[in-house]
Amino acid sequence: MSNKILAFVESKDGKFKNSAFEVITESKKLAEELKCEFEVLTIGSGLDAEAAKLGTYGAKKIVAADLSELNAKNPVSGSVYSHSAFAKVISETAKQKNANYIVMSATGLGKDLAARVAIKNNSSLAQDTVQLKADGEHIIATKPVYAGKSLVDMKFNDDNLVITLRPNVFKAVKEGDTNAEIEKLDIASLNLSDADFNSTVKEVVVSNEKLDVAEADVIVSGGRGLRGPENFHLIEELAKVLGAATGASRAVVDAGWRPHGEQVGQTGKTVSPSLYIACGISGAIQHLAGMSSSKCIVAINKDKDAPIFQIADYGIVGDAFEIIPALTSEFKKVLSQ
Amino acid sequence: MKIIVGVSLVPDSTTKVKIGATNKAIDEAGVTYIINPYDEFAVEEAVQLKEKNGGEVIAVSFGTDKAKDAIKKAFQMGCDKGVLIKSADANFDTFTVAKNLADYIKTENPDLVLFGKQSIDFDGLMIPPMVGELLGIPSINVVVKLDINGKEVTAEREIEGGKEVVTASLPAVIGTQKGINNPRYPNLKSIMASKSKPIEEKAPTYTGNKSETIDMKLPPAKGKGKVFEGAASAGELVKALREEAKVI
Ligand SMILES: Cc1cc2nc3c(=O)[nH]c(=O)nc-3n(C[C@H](O)[C@H](O)[C@H](O)COP(=O)(O)OP(=O)(O)OC[C@H]3O[C@@H](n4cnc5c(N)ncnc54)[C@H](O)[C@@H]3O)c2cc1C
Ligand SMILES: Nc1ncnc2c1ncn2[C@@H]1O[C@H](COP(=O)(O)O)[C@@H](O)[C@H]1O
Repeated sequence: MSNKILAFVESKDGKFKNSAFEVITESKKLAEELKCEFEVLTIGSGLDAEAAKLGTYGAKKIVAADLSELNAKNPVSGSVYSHSAFAKVISETAKQKNANYIVMSATGLGKDLAARVAIKNNSSLAQDTVQLKADGEHIIATKPVYAGKSLVDMKFNDDNLVITLRPNVFKAVKEGDTNAEIEKLDIASLNLSDADFNSTVKEVVVSNEKLDVAEADVIVSGGRGLRGPENFHLIEELAKVLGAATGASRAVVDAGWRPHGEQVGQTGKTVSPSLYIACGISGAIQHLAGMSSSKCIVAINKDKDAPIFQIADYGIVGDAFEIIPALTSEFKKVLSQ
Repeated sequence: MKIIVGVSLVPDSTTKVKIGATNKAIDEAGVTYIINPYDEFAVEEAVQLKEKNGGEVIAVSFGTDKAKDAIKKAFQMGCDKGVLIKSADANFDTFTVAKNLADYIKTENPDLVLFGKQSIDFDGLMIPPMVGELLGIPSINVVVKLDINGKEVTAEREIEGGKEVVTASLPAVIGTQKGINNPRYPNLKSIMASKSKPIEEKAPTYTGNKSETIDMKLPPAKGKGKVFEGAASAGELVKALREEAKVI
């Protein structure tokens, strides 16, 4: 069988997410290694101009599904979108295009869709991978297990495979400025039935306008060393200067100082930003599990023996209440140059 | 209301991972096993729904004999029945688990299926949507709030930077996230009562596996980092981040 890749890329409010570019670059790389073709699938409304620009990341052919046309088929009114219908669109497009490999991002949406599509297309699933390589015509996928405490290489029984890429791990590479060619997906050809809309998103509530840790390239996190919720403005000010998301240890989330969405670690979010700054966080094994794959880790802690220093690339031993404001003003200086 | 809860047994989160002799799995020596933390939310939600609406809660696990410990914990928290779909060995992948769970669930025809959103060993977030698809019923994963009104389900699902409000109808699969409830601590009475509850064993309906682990390794070790002293070194650190690490 000859291989073919379908890359599904996510958008939000008419713009592609960063993960979309990562998915395209990696799909292109895989296609080269497997000597096969790849096409890109988008679902959205009014995305065409943005979609054409995906060409700058090496996408040549885009299949564009129109979200309002899709929603019009939903028997439930007031649908923002439907996971089950998205899964159907991806699954059917892959079948129409004879794509045996389907690549998407391991985001909240992507992981859910990938599992559904894997079942629909009788495929294996390589979830949340951090490395892919071609072994002849086949793919070997590496994924972290036990919250990143170890990694496994997996191979698959056949070459029908859905792959999700951990966000921020794979590089997005721009290459030139050719526009991609867009083909409109014929929604009618999907033969959608009411059962394909068995769950419907009625509303998306944005809890805060702030960047989520799971999507951020820079994260500033605070722990119990901050002593109280009233001191987290220090973390927020530093994050603001860096354009970073704010994170937290479980201790401060459980204490109610910070929202659960900020928790990093084994029972919180797994992150791998370029820069992770941990302030007043001891570095318990469950915290490390969620952030140890960050590219550069900075620890600020008054205890020079705190375990966080064992995985830190840089650190400052001392009082966070003095160090964080000093860092904020140093970063401000450097970044305004 | 008939509810099935899927539970799995996983290494305790403090486990220091050592690679086993086969280089394909962890060394189990000295590892403490617990019920998957997210499954406690699923069990709690099921038991609360039973307390409110009546009915029964069945805890099911696919795994080796060891998985019975997860079912016992579910008993202590108030599940009525336990089923182990017994695997001959620990060599099974997520698809095999999903397929066996779905096949079993079909025979029971429940109103609601609850899972944890993710197991902390393979971190899949796969079983809830997979089982939903295999059964051809709705699934909603990473749920922090669940309302059931007759046959109608409204759930809040956590996503990056917010929540989705999702509607579906029963029967449905729900994967629970921290925040949905506060799992109870079993009291002595429920612990005693759970001891006499039998666990029914069933044979797997599928053992095929779609994937295979060919190697397990530890993440690359980090070299010793550069550590400065005191707030006065903030400038030096920023310089290093810019010029050496090149991350800003
Ligand atoms: C099942 C389970 C799951 C868990 N999951 C997670 C998880 O997902 N994420 C997570 O983070 N934790 C998790 N934990 C909890 C984890 O074990 C730790 O308890 C927690 O990470 C500690 O948070 P902390 O570092 O903020 O607090 P502490 O461990 O109390 O550390 C505070 C640190 O601040 C330093 N400090 C104090 N004052 C100052 C100062 N003025 N300046 C600078 N430094 C100062 C101290 O030296 C200390 O190192 C989990 C635990 C369990 C059992
Ligand atoms: N072997 C198993 N037996 C029963 N339920 C399981 C098993 N493995 C996972 N689950 C359920 O599926 C959820 C998600 O697991 P996973 O998709 O593996 O991350 C868990 O929280 C459990 O509720």
